[in-house]
Amino acid sequence: MEQFLQQVVSGLANGAIYACVALALVMIFVSTDHINFAQGEMAMFSTYIAWQLMQWGLGFWPAFFVAIAVSFVAGVTIERVILRPLHAAPVLSIVVVFIGLLAICNSVAGTIWSYLIKEFPSPFPKEQFGLSGLVGAHQFGVVLVTLVVLLLLFGFFRFTPLGLAMRAAAQNPVSARLAGVRVDWMLALGWGLAAAVGAVAGTMVAHIVYLDPNMMAGILLYAFAGALLGGISNPGGAVLGGFIVGVLENLVAFVGNLIEKWTGVYIIGNGEKLTVALIIVITVLTVKPGGLFGRIAVKRV
Amino acid sequence: MATTETADVATAAAEAVPQEVAVPAPPARGITIKPWVWAVVAVALVFPLLKSLVPDVVSDYRLFVISTMMIAGIAVLGLNLLTGFNGQISLGHGAFYAVGAYTAAVLMDKVMWPDFLGGGTFPYWLAVIIAAIVCFGVGYLFGLPALKLEGHYLALATFALALAVPQFLKYKWLEGLTGGVQGIVLLKPQPPCLDHFFSSSPTMCLPLSEDQWLYYYVLIVMIALYFIAFNILRGRNGRAMMAIRDHHMAADTMGINSSQYKTVTFGISAAYTGVAGALSASAIAFVAPDSFGFFLSITLLIGLVVGGVASLAGSIIGGVFTVIVQNSAQALSNFAKNDLGLPFDLSAYAVYGILLLILMYVMPLGIAGGIIMAWRRLKR
Repeated sequence: MEQFLQQVVSGLANGAIYACVALALVMIFVSTDHINFAQGEMAMFSTYIAWQLMQWGLGFWPAFFVAIAVSFVAGVTIERVILRPLHAAPVLSIVVVFIGLLAICNSVAGTIWSYLIKEFPSPFPKEQFGLSGLVGAHQFGVVLVTLVVLLLLFGFFRFTPLGLAMRAAAQNPVSARLAGVRVDWMLALGWGLAAAVGAVAGTMVAHIVYLDPNMMAGILLYAFAGALLGGISNPGGAVLGGFIVGVLENLVAFVGNLIEKWTGVYIIGNGEKLTVALIIVITVLTVKPGGLFGRIAVKRV
Repeated sequence: MATTETADVATAAAEAVPQEVAVPAPPARGITIKPWVWAVVAVALVFPLLKSLVPDVVSDYRLFVISTMMIAGIAVLGLNLLTGFNGQISLGHGAFYAVGAYTAAVLMDKVMWPDFLGGGTFPYWLAVIIAAIVCFGVGYLFGLPALKLEGHYLALATFALALAVPQFLKYKWLEGLTGGVQGIVLLKPQPPCLDHFFSSSPTMCLPLSEDQWLYYYVLIVMIALYFIAFNILRGRNGRAMMAIRDHHMAADTMGINSSQYKTVTFGISAAYTGVAGALSASAIAFVAPDSFGFFLSITLLIGLVVGGVASLAGSIIGGVFTVIVQNSAQALSNFAKNDLGLPFDLSAYAVYGILLLILMYVMPLGIAGGIIMAWRRLKR
């Protein structure tokens, strides 16, 4: 039972990361209908920036915020420079451009900082507490930071004029433009926010998975699974989906271990994590494309 | 202005298609193959035999590299059948490449050839055929859920497939077959012998080196597959595939069974890429899970984009190109450091990324398409 709880709690911590990345994906998807395959690598790059700043002597939190600011600017720049000219392009071109971005981020990070695995510090104390030492402070901190980010974003979109303008631009670009919203800049802003949220996810997860240029591949896949599960058109749903997938991931491995212990037959374990994500992705896409909370896009022919 | 320039691959390619379709071409019986095609084939056939004459130009290593180029060309051709001609985006064709490679490798490694047929290991050519069949099945099955997906969603599902496959190959239950992380070591294809069926130590063998034979073997397979693809696309099936790509609802209205076409195309495409995987398994004589990662799928994608979406000849060019970039990665890196004075390495991955971006803006038809367009413009 204790083990079970431990798995659930660490699943929630992982889920917080997936929720962050999923949220970043949804922010881009809602406004542009694009699935950003480079999201994970962008987050990885932001994490390297934070790491570099810390190497130069900054504390964790200053480095954290500077990295977020840099990511925000980079996100806006990418939208303005690379994706702006492709607004009317077909899906294949856009997917190819995303893959190109992914490759560039990955290889540039690799050449600047090398492919060696690096340790990434945690800003939280090392103690274990709660549930007789089940919850690590870092896990708790990750969940906390994620929730703060989510609340901030929620507040931003719900209560500020700019957030309202962004929602309008995403929902109905034509009317929003008629009402005086600068839709293009709202899209760029959405990209910037997505990059910033990704940076939060990267800096939070790097302590757990260690820092290397390929660290986000699996996380991105899980974030996709989470976003799809919750509904890729619904930010709240995507966040919840991220948490669900995080817990599910750990429980699958946990149940697999139990089965192996009882029957001696190995069916599933940590090695099959990505396969589980693949199954989630394909199942959700084919069985319930809208996800749990999303709306189904109706296309006019 | 930029937006019109960047017009898209599919539409641009589609524009090229109606020109052929719009003119009700007389039902061509027997195609005329242009003389230069024959010339190319003849040169390709003679090339390895020049080894003893000009050893500086034709070496075993070079023949091997050309073989890998042709293999890559076949793989890209498979992807192009699906993405270019049928409009289904796949970011996960590396997965089918892996399935083909592993099917062939496991057959050659584990299955013994019956003694009354000469004994020894499983013949590599039969392994390739079986790999094609298996990959067709796998591709067909994956094509079923893919029917419900379009555009970004399909890209996402295949992306997940590409990421999951290396892990799946390490699955504990399959370790007995796949050798787990270590992979499988194989033998290179040996030149065939006429008396192979009668004696265990044949003597009447073709006087070719391993690499020469590999070259011929791959060349024959490539020409055959190219010919098949050409014929599929030339006829009514090909037109149906492209109609589905351009407007699947209109295609449905015309009485095309689009789900069947889409799944079968998925299967054929997977079979092509699987054959390439099987060929590469026997060419490199080694398979391991980590050589089939996401990078492989990106490599195929770059081959597609460089060669030109919806272009058969372009696929081969794209395949050749990817091998050149990979083989000259070190040289590129040195070039960037010493000659251009860049402070960092230029890896194949970076080159791919930059090229993907640039090509999408400058040459949406790929390098081959771009050159042809430029040539037409010059001729006018």
